[in-house]
Amino acid sequence: MINAEMIVYVAIGMFTLAMLLAMVRFVKGPSVVDRVVAFDSLTITSLILISIIAALSNRMIYFDVAIVYGLLSFIGVIVVAKYIQKGL
Amino acid sequence: MEETIKLIGAIMIFMGAFSLLVAAIGLLRMPDVYNRVQTGTKASTLGAIMAFIGVGLFKFESWGDGNWLGRVIILIVFILLTNPVSSHVLMRAAYFMKVPLSKLTKIDKLKEDLDNNVIKEPNNE
Repeated sequence: MINAEMIVYVAIGMFTLAMLLAMVRFVKGPSVVDRVVAFDSLTITSLILISIIAALSNRMIYFDVAIVYGLLSFIGVIVVAKYIQKGL
Repeated sequence: MEETIKLIGAIMIFMGAFSLLVAAIGLLRMPDVYNRVQTGTKASTLGAIMAFIGVGLFKFESWGDGNWLGRVIILIVFILLTNPVSSHVLMRAAYFMKVPLSKLTKIDKLKEDLDNNVIKEPNNE
C-alpha cells in the first residue's frame, strides 16, 4: 500500500541527493560564477526542504522563514554579481 | 477524496524533486558557465513551482485554518519574479568578467553587438 507520506520521504531523499550534486559543483567550480550558480541551486532546494518540513511538522511559521530566506538569497546573488562587475 | 488530493500533492512534490535532481546533474555535466546557469535556473524554477503546489495540495485539509494556500502562492510568485532576474544579472556579469565560453559555441550575438558599437561595455570603476 503506497502512502502519501512515503512518496514525500522518497522526494526528500532526492532533494538531498540534488543538494549533494550541487555541493560538488560548489567545491569544484573553476570560476566564481559557477560557485554562485551552485549556491543559488542549493538555496532553492533548501527552500523546498524547509517548506516540506513545515508541512510535515504542521508548523506554519516555518513558511515565513522560507520566504525571508529566499529574499536574502536573491539580494546576495545580486550583490555578488554587482561586485564581480567592479560596481560595488 | 481527501486522501486522493493528498496523494496528488505528494506526486507533485516527487515530480519537483525529479526536476531538481535533473537540474543538479546538468549543473555537474554542462561544459560552460552559461550553460550551467541556464540549466540550473530553468529546471530548478519549474521544480520549485511544482513542489510548492504539491505542498499546498498536501496540506489540503488545513487550508481553512491557517493560510497555507496564500503563503504557497506568495512563495511561487516570489520565485517566479526573482529567479530569472538573478540569473540574468549573474550571466551578464560573467560575460563582462570575460569568463571563457565553451569551445562548442557557434553563435555569440552579444560579441557582434559589442563589435558594432550597438552596446557599450560598462565601466563603472
